[in-house]
Amino acid sequence: MPLSTQSEAGDDQYILVASLDNVRNLSNILKAITFKDHALFNATPNGLKVTVEDSKCLQANAFIQAEIFQEFTIQEDSVSFQVNLAVLLDCLTIFGGSTVPAVTTALRMCYNGYGFPLTLFLEEGGVVTVCKINTEEPEDPIDFEFCSTNVTNKVILQSDSLREAFSELDMTSEILQITMSPSEPYFRLSTFGNSGNAHYDYPKDSDMMELFQCTKTQTNRFKMSLLKPSTKALALSCKVSVRTDNRGFLSLQYLVRNDDGQICFVEYYCCPDEEVEEE
Amino acid sequence: MDCMVTGGNVKVLATSIHSLSRIGEELYLEPQEDGLALRTVNSSRSAYACFLFGPLFFQRYSSSKSSTFRCKMAVKCAQAVFRSLSSLEKTVERCRIQLNSEKSRLTFTLHCKHGLLKTHNLSFQDCESLQAVFDKESCGNILRAQPRLLVDTVLHFPSSLEEVSVSVSGEQVCFRNHVEEKAEQGKAMLTELSLTAEEFEQFTVGCPACVTFCLKEMRGLLMFAESSGLPVSLYFDAPGRPVILSLTESVLEVNFVLATLSEDSHPCNDNRNKSTEGLQNAAPPDDFMNDDIDSYLIAMETSELAPGGHGCVPPPPQDANMGQLRARATSEGEEEQSEEEMGRAPNKKFCSLFFGSVLPTPSQVTNLTLRSQEVLASDSENEEEDATLL
Repeated sequence: MPLSTQSEAGDDQYILVASLDNVRNLSNILKAITFKDHALFNATPNGLKVTVEDSKCLQANAFIQAEIFQEFTIQEDSVSFQVNLAVLLDCLTIFGGSTVPAVTTALRMCYNGYGFPLTLFLEEGGVVTVCKINTEEPEDPIDFEFCSTNVTNKVILQSDSLREAFSELDMTSEILQITMSPSEPYFRLSTFGNSGNAHYDYPKDSDMMELFQCTKTQTNRFKMSLLKPSTKALALSCKVSVRTDNRGFLSLQYLVRNDDGQICFVEYYCCPDEEVEEE
Repeated sequence: MDCMVTGGNVKVLATSIHSLSRIGEELYLEPQEDGLALRTVNSSRSAYACFLFGPLFFQRYSSSKSSTFRCKMAVKCAQAVFRSLSSLEKTVERCRIQLNSEKSRLTFTLHCKHGLLKTHNLSFQDCESLQAVFDKESCGNILRAQPRLLVDTVLHFPSSLEEVSVSVSGEQVCFRNHVEEKAEQGKAMLTELSLTAEEFEQFTVGCPACVTFCLKEMRGLLMFAESSGLPVSLYFDAPGRPVILSLTESVLEVNFVLATLSEDSHPCNDNRNKSTEGLQNAAPPDDFMNDDIDSYLIAMETSELAPGGHGCVPPPPQDANMGQLRARATSEGEEEQSEEEMGRAPNKKFCSLFFGSVLPTPSQVTNLTLRSQEVLASDSENEEEDATLL
């Protein structure tokens, strides 16, 4: 029996069905968090949250709201499964991921519940591909307990300006040091590499600075290798919010506009590398 | 030292550093009274490049009055300050360079659009002054052209080509790829371009000659010349004597001094006797003319060497001169070149083999090993010679 008929017949047995006219709206944002293979998918009536973690120190979340999908039907309050993200992305771009705007791949993503594979129907120009990806036992994501009430410093920048800095960062430096302060240097990125050190200072009154709320001088170091993947999200985004809490944890929130002008979010949490004496 | 570069000059400065990075691995920075000098020398010490930015190039320039302080650093580090040449013009408004010898700190501060401030504190090493001794004015042949002409000419040669031969006669100049061994010439592809005198802004041929030098360094200079739009002057005379590529502007002087192959290894010179005559005729009374590249190389080591010292250097036999230059290029290259460099610029000998045919025959391979061994041997002999020269 052809696979397509099987699925057509049992549509109501799926506990999750999500359809997209343009698969790039999903694949692009997933690329922004692709740094480890295992991704936890959590669907609620509000939408889809995809979580990837590294070394128990870094967590990336991509949020795709239900409204982004042309169809988003969920039978339970919460559905969780884990798949190999690299495999999923390969499937989503199985038609080559054409960048020509007129040519789009449509997607219908279905999940039957615990123990079932994730089924993808991809259609482009009348050709349909059906992919079944085995799901894995979902692991509980780490709770970084990053709470907005504990945020000491927050800036919102246009991504362009940060993109330039990140593309130039001295990768021989093991750490990226972020200084946020109500006084000079306000917002500073520092690297300490083989060739010496480098500082990028953003004044609080810069055109690129949309919001500047710093209450206390904080200097924290983060592993460059952990922060490197976040440049993928930065590349896609138009704005980025940088926040640190009283423990020195870092939250990076990226506002991403998709092909259709809709807004999605990507979020990175990162543990500080070590405490630095405050100046 | 404390200086400030503004506007389009930031890009000129950045391009010069990128251009120097094509030649050597270390950047020598020396604030002089007559401007800021940026220099480099390649690992085989067969090419030297110098950019001198006059005080008027800067919006503000002050060299430290007290002592002459100079330093060197990996050119990569300085390059990292100006990573993207294309976006530089749009983003950087001004650049301040401070050299604080007490704090041992070289600071590049880039003031960018939107108030973004980039500060690079580079580590550096103290060093001797790097100074090649050369005399453009004594060269018999001077060709000056717009950079475009030379860029278009060089474009025809494959990027893998290591050396190019330039020969001049009365009314024309000919660029051709240099093929190493006479025996391989039958198989090698030859590319040759002739340009007539009218194409040049200046075309002075005092002594018809054919010189062969590395193309890589010339490309480095052309990259800068093209970006700045300044005409390039070529000064040279006899094979074995350096060719000087030069750009001059009121606030900027650029000199690239490249070693050339000496006559014996010149397959392109069929009229060798004629050109030798030319050389003899053109030789000025100055002893400097009889000098060979070795003396330049020695002179490069330190500026403390008295210029008069050259007078007593006996001109070594020409073939020894050739052997040494070649040997330095191959043996040092093998030791010092990093892996990626090896990938880009394969061993000289192999390069010419690849030109001859895709795969060397077993006999060629044997020849090759024998040859390189010979050359290496001559290197050690010449080291003794070096000692006597010094």
